[in-house]
Order: sequence, then structure tokens, then C-alpha cells
Amino acid sequence: MPKDHGIGASVKRREDIRFLTGQGRYTADIDLHKQTYAYFARSEMAHAKINKIDTKAAAAMPGVIAIMTGEDFVGMGGNPAGWYIPSRDGAAMKEPKRPVLAHGKVRHVGDAYAIVVAETLEQAKDAAAAIEVDFTELPAIVNMAEAVANSANRVHDEIDNNVCFDWGWIEDNRAAVDAAFAKAPHVTTLELVNNRLVPNAMEPRASIGDYDAGTGDYKLYTTSQNPHLTRLLISAFVMGIPENKLTVIAPDVGGGFGSKIYHYGEEAAVLAASKAIRRPVKWVAERSESFLTDAHGRDHVTRIQLALEKDGTFLALRTETMANVGAYLSNFSTATPTFLHGTLMAGPYKTPLVYVNVKAVFTNTAPVDAYRGAGRPEATYSIERIVDLAADELGIDKVEIRRKNLLTPDMFPYTSPVGLVYDVGNYQATLDKLIELGDLAGFEKRAAASKAKGKLRGLGLSTWIEACGIAPSHLVGQLGARVGLYDAATVRVNATGTISVMTGAHSHGQGHETVFAQIVAERLGIAESAVEIVHGDTSKIPFGMGSYGSRSLAVAGSAMVNAVDKIIAKGKKIAAHMLEAAEGDIEFADGKFSVAGTDKAKTFGEVAFSAYVPHNYPLETLEPGLDETSFYDPANFTYPAGAYACEVEVDPATGHVEIASFTCADDFGNVMNPMIVAGQVHGGVGQGIGQAMLENTTYDANGQLLSASYMDYAMPRAEDVPFYTVDHSCNTPCTHNPLGVKGCGEAGAIGSPPAVVNAVVDALQRGGYKHVTHIDMPVSPSRVWSAING
Amino acid sequence: MTKVTMVVNGKSVSAETEGRTLLSGYLREGLGLTGTHVGCDTSQCGACVVHVNGKAVKSCTIFAQDVAGAEVRTIEGMANADGSLGVVQQAFQDHHGLQCGFCTPGMVMSSAALLAENPKPTEAEVRHYLEGNICRCTGYHNIVKAVLAASGQDIAAIPAE
Ligand code: FES
Ligand code: FES
Repeated sequence: MPKDHGIGASVKRREDIRFLTGQGRYTADIDLHKQTYAYFARSEMAHAKINKIDTKAAAAMPGVIAIMTGEDFVGMGGNPAGWYIPSRDGAAMKEPKRPVLAHGKVRHVGDAYAIVVAETLEQAKDAAAAIEVDFTELPAIVNMAEAVANSANRVHDEIDNNVCFDWGWIEDNRAAVDAAFAKAPHVTTLELVNNRLVPNAMEPRASIGDYDAGTGDYKLYTTSQNPHLTRLLISAFVMGIPENKLTVIAPDVGGGFGSKIYHYGEEAAVLAASKAIRRPVKWVAERSESFLTDAHGRDHVTRIQLALEKDGTFLALRTETMANVGAYLSNFSTATPTFLHGTLMAGPYKTPLVYVNVKAVFTNTAPVDAYRGAGRPEATYSIERIVDLAADELGIDKVEIRRKNLLTPDMFPYTSPVGLVYDVGNYQATLDKLIELGDLAGFEKRAAASKAKGKLRGLGLSTWIEACGIAPSHLVGQLGARVGLYDAATVRVNATGTISVMTGAHSHGQGHETVFAQIVAERLGIAESAVEIVHGDTSKIPFGMGSYGSRSLAVAGSAMVNAVDKIIAKGKKIAAHMLEAAEGDIEFADGKFSVAGTDKAKTFGEVAFSAYVPHNYPLETLEPGLDETSFYDPANFTYPAGAYACEVEVDPATGHVEIASFTCADDFGNVMNPMIVAGQVHGGVGQGIGQAMLENTTYDANGQLLSASYMDYAMPRAEDVPFYTVDHSCNTPCTHNPLGVKGCGEAGAIGSPPAVVNAVVDALQRGGYKHVTHIDMPVSPSRVWSAING
Repeated sequence: MTKVTMVVNGKSVSAETEGRTLLSGYLREGLGLTGTHVGCDTSQCGACVVHVNGKAVKSCTIFAQDVAGAEVRTIEGMANADGSLGVVQQAFQDHHGLQCGFCTPGMVMSSAALLAENPKPTEAEVRHYLEGNICRCTGYHNIVKAVLAASGQDIAAIPAE
């Protein structure tokens, strides 16, 4: 019988009840007394000088309460980048100010230059349309190669060549890597594009600013993955509101995938407007605004080379990447293409020498930042594509070339040539599991059946690793991080023995309310129903860095477990007093404190009650109450890994690709709730298939976003994907956190795109189209057809 | 402004609306029924699906005034009389057919409409019927599984995890 509760059980989600009955409370569902409505006037040009913005006529329109423009925010700070990345020649990172509202210039289509506040949304919209602007259009900088080549055309006037940084990792290894290439028996070279994506959480961004003139307190309701960081950025960098005067609440949030990690100008604008008019100001994005202004993802152009022995042994790897950061630096935009991408370029392999060069480039497009996987999908895609290409060039089987180069279990802890220390893993085990689950032995038979239907069948593999829960803080601080990367939790035992857990993680689909309760309940030996998980409100939670990068359980979960352990330790002291025994003789198990070797015991509830009604209590040596907080700073990253296989059927007449099967064998360390873990993998793979087959963000030469709605941006729908086979039984528990967990949220999106593209190329190769060695994503029918016929 | 009356989840209700008020706005702002979500502005995402006279309709595509007098059912009206989850809702919970919950109201309403029309759909029919509903979280696996389970069909062959 599988467990039905506690750690490792597929407990059904408690949060589902409110979502399934229409009682979720998302930001757009919140209405405040005397609320007003905001609408943002946004640039229709990609690049223009602002000569004049005349709001007089608009301000006189019915219902309009206030209009603010960039001019009103010049005294405020900019929204900063969270990671400092110097260039390899030592030059400082270029950090242009990112204002609340555009000032001086507009730099991408959708760049907001005014906020209009009115009694109704329609009035605000009508007034926004009546604002008179005098803009001088400037040439749009869209293409990265052109941006770098043309120093006269600048997104930010002070930044020559539009380069934010030119980073080398690890610069000291560069000569050795080049030397290895110079004498390598075989070198494989590939140029590829990692297509730009729009995250598309289904809930559009929304914010409500609420200033209380009586107390001087500000409250912000917003669609955020990490409310504390938003508060910190608004307080310390952008608006200067003292942190104690600002509460940020992220209620139910409808998906994030990275796009809601960051602080956006709209949040500061609604707060400032609320203060100005002394009424709440509510803004809800329309989907078209989401397309134009949510931070986009990926957008790398990469040249990668792999040096090998003729037998397929990897000798060295080097890459040159141009990473688009868009018009302004979003909060994690500088970390994503560097420390979340360059440091992963060794993958799960023994490659002894690796060098990575990344140029970050400003363009007149929406800011680009972390999107599910963040840098690691880009690294994995580059590596796994070139491994396949090298295998084809050398005539080596795709499983064998991987097996030959994968790190073996005896090599851990393993220091990679790009500076990470992988604590533990067993990449052979997940590969073997994949071969079994995906019935790779039966592929030829299935290929023959496809052939009989006139279809080409292909098999694509991907063996990958990622790094989650960025840490430790002092180390990432040396590498340029400007924040700490710990997390926090308070475990409050109420007088009646029920538990409130305040966690710094934020759930926007991950099911924390259920899983965190499973863990706490098991550890304390009490019912899950007695545990409440509180998140998303800076006034209730000690602190938190939020949820992204698959970090919630590994970091915030560890803080929670440590706080629970503190509760147990204090409980033992109380129980020792109550039981008239030595503290060292008290054991805690199954919700009972007992004296070792006797049947004397007090229940958890009795001890909790005594802590709050301390009549029989060691008051001389112990404070009453049972409420503990822990801040946890991880000793290292965690390293989930896995092996994925995709089978496709290609119709050579039309280029149409159908995914026949998708199989995942993952190592996430210990698994707390298998149902939820599987769901995370399904969702990640669904997004990965979207990137590989459907999604593309296209700006034209004038910087107009051509894919700005669901009519033009192809989201994966139910018919585009198969049932997935997923497994996470091959687990090697993380060695340095109390739960032994690694994180599972991004895995699917990291491991799947190369498996899909490898499968399509494999199908064409097997079908005799030997000239097709690579197709850029999305592998749409027209691209496949052109490749076949090209 | 005119007063528009209709029957929502079995109760006669009315709210003041402008000519341009969409049914989604009427439900959300007029009646405070915020279970119906708005996820796009091009009638593509399906987060807003409700039933109008028994048919699944994207409530962002019709004016409230045009359905005056109609019988409307929203996600708030899908539970059983005793407050327990209805069959489709329960299947979504049992099979983890939702994550962030934003697409969920539309998914449940579309799925319920499918099962009313076609009580034993095939996997392909479920996927086809739901093509107007976007979910970014689940990769659709558990949604399709939940709908097949709600139809009473054997789902043992579908990969469990
Ligand atoms: S809100 Fe109606 S289809 Fe998207
Ligand atoms: S559950 Fe989040 S969009 Fe479907």
C-alpha cells in the first residue's frame, strides 16, 4: 500500500477546493473601498525621443482623477539588476537606469510613459488615448549582431555598441581550452538560436496600490512570485518607502514561470498614484500588455564547438553566445545568461575543459529575464544538440556517446571545469531507466510501423543536469549577486497544538499548502489538517526570497524543517519539566514526548498547551511560548538530473511533426509528493515542447512585436502534446539539505527541447535526408519542410 | 446603463450594465462572481468559459445584454447541493488536473459541457474539445486524464506518474 499521508504520499491538494469552486482570490478579484482604475499609456514606437507629453486635454475628460508621466518620477531611483557581471577585460557592467515610467526616450513597444487614473477603467482608457505626445522616432535596434556592430545607434545614449557586458567563464581557462581544440582529432561546430519566448502565465499581471493617509502605510497587492524582494526593491531602490511602511501581498497567483519574480514599474506607479489621490488604484494587464511588457525568456544566438577523440570522448567545449537583454535590465537578467547558463556548460559530462563567452546586448525589445529553467535550458539545448551532431559526424550511437562521457557515481563530489561542485548523482541509473521505460529496444519496430504509414520516425535523447537553489550567499556574493539567497520560515505552535507555518516561499501552482503541511505534520506526528501554511504576505512572514529556480523545498523547505526541529528541541525541555525527567532522556516520536525506557509521556498538544499556559513550566530557565523561526542558507546548489527520450513522426510531404511519445527518468532526490512532482514534470515538458515546436516571439525590423496575441503566438494546446511517461525512482538524495530534496519545477522545461529537436533531426537523418544536421526551434512544419527540401 | 436580469446558478439576479459590458464583466464586477477568469483579450484562452442555456460559451465574447433572461451556470454553481465537489471538479482534484487554478474554471466548464454532449469521449476527442482552453501549468496530461476519469472510463492504461 502506498502511503496515504506524510512524506512521500500523493496527498490530494487542499488548495484545489477553492480553485475548483471559484473561490480563489487572485489580485484581479480584489476590490477595495473607493477604488479607482489605472490604465497605462504605452509607446507604439520601439525607439523614440520624447519631446513632449501633453496631458491637459486628457486630464479634463470625464472621470479622470490623475495622470502622471515619467516627469513625476524623475526623483525616484531605478529598478536595479540583481547581479553584477563585469566584462572579461575588467570593464564594469553597463547599468542604465530603468525608470518607473519612460523618461527622455521610449525604448520598446509597450514602454509605459503615463499612468491614467479614473473612476472607471473605460474612462482611464479613453483618457489615455487622448494624451498628446510629440515623439521623434529613432531607428529601432532589434537584431543583436547589428546592435553590436553599429555604435551610432544606441538603445541607451551612454552605452557604446549596446553591450551590457562581455563575460568570459572561466577566463583563466581560455588558453587551455583553445589549445585542446588546436590539437583535437575531431571538432564539431554548431550555430543555433534559442528562440525568444513569452512566459504566458495564464493570469495577467495585476497590481493594486493602497495608501493610508492616516498612518502613512502603503499596501501593494500584486501578482508576485516573491513579495519580499518586491518590497525590498521598492523600498531600498525605487521609491524609498521605509520597509516598515510597505506591505506587499501576493495572494493567489495564476502561474509565474519567472515572469512574476521581478519588480515592474506598474507596481511603483500604482503606489505613487494612490498616495497622490488618497484612494486605492487598481491595474490589471490585458493579455496584449503581457505580451509587450512581461519579461520575455531565452533569446540566445550561440556558436558552440565540441572537441572529441575519434572514439567520441569529449576533450573540450567552448561557446560564444549573444544574449538579448532587451531595452532595460530586468532584475535577474544579468545572472540568467551567465551564472545560470555558463556554469552549466559542462552538463552531466566529464568534459575536462570548458570555456564560455557571453555578450549581453541591449535592443529595443521587451526586457528578457529568467523563464522556467532560466539559462539552464539554453545550456542544455546547446550541449545536447552538439552531442547528437558529433555522434552523427563520428558515426557513434547516441546512447553510447552519452554513456561514454557521463560522470560516473564514484566521481562525486565533482568539481566541474566551470566552477560548480556537483554533490551527488547517478546519471547511468536514469539513462538505464529511460532505456527501459521508453522501450528504446523496440524503436526499430516502431520506426518500421511508421514507415509503413509513410512517416519518418525519430528518436531524440537528452541527458541533462541543472543547478537549483542558488547558494551559498557569501559565495554568490563574491560572484556578483546583490541579494542573499537563503530563505526563512516561522513555525508557530498555537496554544491548542495546531500549527501556523509562515514560509518565505510563494506558491503559484506548486501546491506548497499541501506539501509543506505533509512535511511538518509528519515531523511532528500530528494531523496534516492541523497545519496551516501561510505565504505571500510580507506583514505575516519573517522574510523570504520567494519561489523560482526550483528552490522552494530545497531552501524554504529546509528553513521550515529547521524551525520544526527547534520546536521539538524546546518541546523536549518543557516535557522534561512536566515529566520530571532529565532533558537528555526525553525522546520525541509519533507526536509524543516520552521518557526513554518508560511509558511516561506527554502528547505534543499537552506540551504546546503548557507553553502557553505555563503553570507547570520551567519559567526560571525557559521562556513561555512555542514559536520558532529559522533562516537557512544552503551550503551548495542542488543538482537534479535526468534522461529524456522523445519519439516523433515526421510527415516528409508536409513537414508536420507529431510527438509520438515522451519519456522522462528524473533524479530529484527524495520526493515529498509524487503526484505533484509528476505534475511539475508534465508542465515543464509541455512548455519545453511548446518552445521546441510552436512558440516564437518575433519582432519586425521596426521593433513591432508581431506575435503579440494568442492569434499569432502559438501556445501548446491539449492536442499538441501526448500523455507523458515520467519516473523519479532513481533518486540520489541531496547531501546537504535536511530533506535530501533537489527541486523539480524546471526539469521538464530544461530537458525536453533538445530531445524534441534531436528526434526530428534523427527522423530526417534516418529517412535519408543526410543534409539536415540542425533545425532551429520552433521546428514548425515550414521549417522542417524547408530543411528537407533545402 | 440598463438593468440586465438573468438566472445565474439557479438564482434570478440583476445588475446595471452598459451596452458594451461583456458577460464576463457582468459576472465578475456586476455580481462579484470572480470564479470566471479573464486570461486574454482575443477570445483564445477559455479561462472565461461558462454555460449559457446549457452550452459552453466564452463569456468574454458576448455582451451581457444579449443573454438577458438566459440560464447561466458558472464555476460557482458546479458543486453538489451539499457543497461537495461535482463529478468533474472531483476528478480534477483526484487526478491533479490543476496547478495555479487560473485556467481551471474554464477547463471544468468546458469539460462538463463535453461530457454532457459526449458522455464517453476518447482521449483524442477530449484533447480536441479542449483546444479552446489554454493551460500553461499542467501540460494537459492530468486534465485529459481527469476528464476521462469523470466520464467513468477506465484510465488504468494512462501513465500514472
Ligand atoms: S478571456 Fe475569454 S477566451 Fe480568454
Ligand atoms: S492550472 Fe495554471 S493555467 Fe492551468
